[in-house]
Amino acid sequence: MQRTLLIKTVVIIVVLLVFVFGIFGKPDKFSGDGLKQAVLNRIHLGLDLKGGMHLILQVMVDEAIGSETDRAIEQLKDEMGKQGITYTDISKPDPEHAEKIVIKGLPIDAGPKLRAYVGDYLRQYSVTSGPDGWIVSMNPSEAASLKEQTVDKSIEAIRNRVDTLGVTEPLIQRNGMGKEQILVQLPGVDDLERVKGIIQSTARLEIHQVFNGGAPFPNEQVALAQGPIPPGQVLMHASPIMGNEGTPDQVYLVSKIPVVGGTDILDARPSTDEQGRPDVSFNLTAAAGQKFAAFTSAHNENLPDPNHYLAVVLDNKIREVASIRQTIRDRGSISGGGFTDQSAGDLAMLLRSGALPASLHYLSESTVGPSLGADSIRSGVKAAIAGMLAVLVFMLIYYRGAGVNANVALILNLIILLGFMGFFGATLTLPGIAGVILTVGMGVDSNVLIFERIREELRHNKAPAAAVDQGFGRAWITIVDTHVTTIVSALILIFVGSGPVSGFGLTLTFGLLANLFTAVFVSRVIFDAVLNRKQRGQALSI
Amino acid sequence: MEFFRNTNIDFLGKKWWFLAFSLVFSVAGIISMAVRHHKTGDWLPLGVDFTGGTKVYLSFADARNEREIHSALSHAGLQRAVVQRLSGGDTANQLVITLDEKDTSQAELSKGKNQIIAALEGNAPAGKQNLNNNDRIGVSAVRDALVARDPLHVGTEEYERIARQVIDARNQSPGGVLKSVDDLKGVVPAPVVESLKQDFFTSNFAVRRADIVGPQVGDQLKRQAKLAVGFSLVGMLVYLWFRFELIYGVAAVVAVFHDTLITLGAFSLTNQEITLTVIAAILTLVGYSMNDTIVVFDRIRENVKLMRRESLSEIVNRSINQTLSRTILTSGLTFLTVLSLFLFGGEVLRGFSFALVIGILIGTYSSIAIAAPMLVAYQQWRARRGSGAAPVPVAAGKGKVRAKA
Repeated sequence: MQRTLLIKTVVIIVVLLVFVFGIFGKPDKFSGDGLKQAVLNRIHLGLDLKGGMHLILQVMVDEAIGSETDRAIEQLKDEMGKQGITYTDISKPDPEHAEKIVIKGLPIDAGPKLRAYVGDYLRQYSVTSGPDGWIVSMNPSEAASLKEQTVDKSIEAIRNRVDTLGVTEPLIQRNGMGKEQILVQLPGVDDLERVKGIIQSTARLEIHQVFNGGAPFPNEQVALAQGPIPPGQVLMHASPIMGNEGTPDQVYLVSKIPVVGGTDILDARPSTDEQGRPDVSFNLTAAAGQKFAAFTSAHNENLPDPNHYLAVVLDNKIREVASIRQTIRDRGSISGGGFTDQSAGDLAMLLRSGALPASLHYLSESTVGPSLGADSIRSGVKAAIAGMLAVLVFMLIYYRGAGVNANVALILNLIILLGFMGFFGATLTLPGIAGVILTVGMGVDSNVLIFERIREELRHNKAPAAAVDQGFGRAWITIVDTHVTTIVSALILIFVGSGPVSGFGLTLTFGLLANLFTAVFVSRVIFDAVLNRKQRGQALSI
Repeated sequence: MEFFRNTNIDFLGKKWWFLAFSLVFSVAGIISMAVRHHKTGDWLPLGVDFTGGTKVYLSFADARNEREIHSALSHAGLQRAVVQRLSGGDTANQLVITLDEKDTSQAELSKGKNQIIAALEGNAPAGKQNLNNNDRIGVSAVRDALVARDPLHVGTEEYERIARQVIDARNQSPGGVLKSVDDLKGVVPAPVVESLKQDFFTSNFAVRRADIVGPQVGDQLKRQAKLAVGFSLVGMLVYLWFRFELIYGVAAVVAVFHDTLITLGAFSLTNQEITLTVIAAILTLVGYSMNDTIVVFDRIRENVKLMRRESLSEIVNRSINQTLSRTILTSGLTFLTVLSLFLFGGEVLRGFSFALVIGILIGTYSSIAIAAPMLVAYQQWRARRGSGAAPVPVAAGKGKVRAKA
């Protein structure tokens, strides 16, 4: 008896030490501030306590499908040109179904050739014949995996961007409840609008060939009045940042396929142009550099071809148009003014971190200002202390000696709960604090259940030791039942809920699990220790 | 000390009173929901989490009245904005402005919020930024402004440190509102204050919190909340079925449904918004209310074995009385903690703790007054139909009772 009691006491002390370590880790200093910092290093404050931003973004995955099929259309046109196959039209008629390409007016014998070509070179597509022509469409499984990849790449790009902003503990993940959505949580961010802009910016930098010399059309109507747009060329608008007096909507005619694409950028950094204004210079990858060198040696000022102008295009807006003076190998810059030091730095960072594969739309955004977070911590702590004190005092008055027992168990319960959170690096939210408070209230339930049962047994004139034994034995099953029901609810909250709500479920679950140990095991050991010291027949303080 | 000792209250004899009590509260809630449905199309006062919309929490440097704010917003084209005062001790000078989903643009989500800020800023001095706008002005913005003017002729790092002091001072002032840039005197050197005055002004308010939810996410959350509540009710039913018998599970789930209904009714009657955290509270209640019910059921099962000769209604009465002390005590203690949450937990948790306060009271009541009497009613109904050869739906009969129970 003595021996087992000793072993159990040692177990309790070890558990206590382990979870105290869970809360504090190894603090640098044992001062008040040092300990506080140590706790915050292990248990993170959620953004409702720290202030920050919670965003849900929709990835427009159809755009990625669209650019994939655009490429396929170019490839098909090329091939049909080579084989001398005539057709009247090749297009994507249904904007809702970007994966479907329709080719009209093909001669009858071209069908097998088309099938053979698609089978060999466009394996992710299949060919069917429809009422108004041949349909080349991306296989559903292929489209689905492309969509998945697009979301993954977007998450990656956002993560790169957020990392360079120096946000601590960002959370960037798929949003479980919606399709193709991303959840972004940025605690402690203080210039939300800028950060939002940076996340959303597609940052697709491309260089296109310009076909109407260096001079823009003043607007789209004038450009269209020049006659039909030649194949392989498109009209593109200039960014308002390009100095444009009196003509806000300048338009250029540029190549549809860029000379340098979004994935060809190797590195970018802020720099200054000849006039000392901020700009952004970039380097190309080796492969793109070769391609670019070949292009610029074939089209430059020294040659008769008038189309020796290039447009630097950012997110489908022209930022700069310049004449090619000589062969350029692998470097370039976006100048033309309009940058501040910060915006040049931001753009360089965006180019380095890679373009988004598709654009993003914000679906919901919630921000908590820093002053509210601080107030919430204050009121949360106040409520926790008030609730805890009320419970401790009541238990002392109502159960006297056994009340001390319950209070020790309760405090141990809290230490284990916080220790759990420290070990898991869990995030404490304001509802999470409520979960801690509720744990106090529900945790003490187990003790009440046991004590009431012991009192009942004592009333039946059982000896204290027998009454304690019966009390714990009979209450145990009930305690398990009641804990299971609450934990089922809490687990649903963890898995179905998001952010603060799942934080609540988490603390409640941890708290109740710890309670099984403290209210039953620890409490029992304390009772046994007390009974051991008592003379036979001496009354129990309960 | 003991509150209850050997009570012998005839709970089942008062079942008509209980029924009347429950009916009055349920029906009152349902009527208020129906009236709301008739007027607005929604059954419950749902928060922007579910309906979609914009909700901006503001704190002002001085007392404001709602009408004045509303007229400022109307001038800016936000006629449908709803302005409410926050209730509670620590929320003086705080207002909430709600824009419905029609004023919340999916294409430009923060437009409504920015419109509100612009409308309340009024005539901002040209070329200056609002130092109290914590969405836009943080350490980096202040640092850049200082670096550009360079009042102290020091390096960027030193300005960054000063900028952090400025922002901390702003965040720690009451409600996060600096009354004027001059308030920073004493926090940072005087030349810095003079320099900041040229770039910044202070509005008489700050945004404490803003929730903007597009309609798509609102619908998702609605579906999620319904699923969660449904799942937990079914989960409880299955667990009790497994542990006791189906009729016990059904009785417990009916009791919990009754609690949920009355709690939701209380939100409808007091016109408090149901947010995501309120749903979390209701789920917790589902679990908690089940607690009390299980304790009573456990005792009934134990007594069915011990008291073979008594009728079920006597057994149930005895069981309720035997567990009464612990039921009242545990609920009372949990109620104490929840009450402290309601009183001191602050504005963010108001709805959450309100749901818990109501729910714990009703949950305790329902385990005594709804769940246990339902068992008896079921047994009597079976006896009347004559199909029950055994007079008692003996849970113990299934052989699941452990030796100790």
